[in-house]
Amino acid sequence: MIKLVNVEKTYYSKAGDIHALKATNLEINAGEVFGIIGLSGAGKSTLIRCLNMLEVPTGGKVFIDGEDITSMSDSELRKARQNIGMIFQHFNLLASRTVFDNVAFPLEIQGLSKEEIAKRVTPLLELVQLEDRANYYPSQLSGGQKQRVGIARALASNPKVLLCDEATSALDPQTTQSILTLLKDINKRMNLTIVLITHQMEVVKEICDRVAVIEAGHIIEEGSVFTVFTNPQTETTKEFVKTVSNASLPAIFNPADVKDHYFDGAKLITKLHFLGNSAGDPVVSGMIRKYEVDVNILYGNIDYLQEMPYGTLIIEISGDKAALESSIAYLETAHLRLEVMGYVS
Amino acid sequence: MSPELVALLVKSFWETCYMVLASTVLASLIGIPLGIILTVTRKDHILPNAAINGILGAIVNATRSTPFIILMVAIIPVTRILVGSSIGTTAAIVPLTISAAPFIARIIESSLLEIDHGVIEASQAMGASPMQIIRKVLLPESLHSIVLGITLAIISLIGYSAMAGALGGGGLGDLAIRYGYQRFQTEVMVTTVIVLIVMVQAMQSLGNFCSRKLNKSKL
Repeated sequence: MIKLVNVEKTYYSKAGDIHALKATNLEINAGEVFGIIGLSGAGKSTLIRCLNMLEVPTGGKVFIDGEDITSMSDSELRKARQNIGMIFQHFNLLASRTVFDNVAFPLEIQGLSKEEIAKRVTPLLELVQLEDRANYYPSQLSGGQKQRVGIARALASNPKVLLCDEATSALDPQTTQSILTLLKDINKRMNLTIVLITHQMEVVKEICDRVAVIEAGHIIEEGSVFTVFTNPQTETTKEFVKTVSNASLPAIFNPADVKDHYFDGAKLITKLHFLGNSAGDPVVSGMIRKYEVDVNILYGNIDYLQEMPYGTLIIEISGDKAALESSIAYLETAHLRLEVMGYVS
Repeated sequence: MSPELVALLVKSFWETCYMVLASTVLASLIGIPLGIILTVTRKDHILPNAAINGILGAIVNATRSTPFIILMVAIIPVTRILVGSSIGTTAAIVPLTISAAPFIARIIESSLLEIDHGVIEASQAMGASPMQIIRKVLLPESLHSIVLGITLAIISLIGYSAMAGALGGGGLGDLAIRYGYQRFQTEVMVTTVIVLIVMVQAMQSLGNFCSRKLNKSKL
């Protein structure tokens, strides 16, 4: 649906050129929710703006639905943009227009008649549950309601793609949740391709199918949300994953007391990730019986990523050196991911 | 005050109204498009064009920095070509218009610049053309602010029209100078000033009221 080939963006200035986006290649499939996550200044905003040419790339090509939008004339581009809806962090609604007229705006631009516009706007307001607010002005709405107007407006011209530029960053957690639910619902119901950028990992976890992690203008990691969450490769990604899972070393341990190697009388602290089906295997009880070790559970949690169970367990294993070593070996062969966190006394 | 003086006061009042109204309309016809062009041709706006922006900006600045009384005298030949005479109420409209148009252009420019860039970006993302952005976004979104700006222009035109009156334009300023000052008729002077104060107050109140009604961002 969307294909980026060597897309680059450099801002030239006397103070020095800024490479906001370095040769980026990306493919986003029709009907998926694709997340791009990065810290501020990573280039994610530039990247999403290249998808509808609000930022003109300084190199490379952007294909939307097979058409190269980087080589279009102004009027062709305006036509193409009608197939790409966009919502914004600060909503960007027209303050002088009512909710109804805001949603009607893209249709007016396309020159539709009043009747056609009304026929299109009313069901959209129902979709975002604002039919009773049609004659309100944006200043009379809450943040979540404003974003719903933004979504209705973005969907008015029946786009194939919806771009979300930090769409939930200005909203409180509850409202964020309701907007994400709405987006997921629209994605499923209309088979709409959604591209969203965010710095909030919970947004990615909540609705994305695939995710790309961007840092300093580079995509450093890309894959299904499940893979990226359960097996992050880069430090940045690990940091992001940490923000939504509190499966870190329990606070009762002082990091300085946790040693990398075994010492006399040490207990092993290890983190186990159970992915998908392995969540059902009795791995821990098997280990206890086989190696006669004691296990103390420090943390446990089961999450669902894209409707797949994903369990995390932090355990403290005590036993002699040989038993601990065999336990590690045993856990490594089991269908789970093992992370040895260290040894404590 | 004698009945003749009252009649003269009424006549002068209407002359001032005529001068101010006509020059406001004409100056807006020039100033509004000029202000729009000055805005959209800025380098980070929808139709960046440094050359047009620079040239128009320089003309506007030059006109605005010429004192009105000098501008009025300097353009007498132009006035004569346009209205056939350089004296009289109608003739005064020409310099009033020429001096108010760049003022209005700057007012429009600053009103349009108040609009959040995100809103313009959103309209571009929806496929709006520059003309559609001007008509459907820039002007409606800043209308309440433009109304306040035009009110400001009207009030300065009331002041300038008194000056134009001194050069044979008629109106309340002319009356105040000829009767109130030169003939020592203090009551004419006081009455004229009171009428001018009331006019300005009324205009400002009306402008504030309309602007408030139009401003949907504070409901």
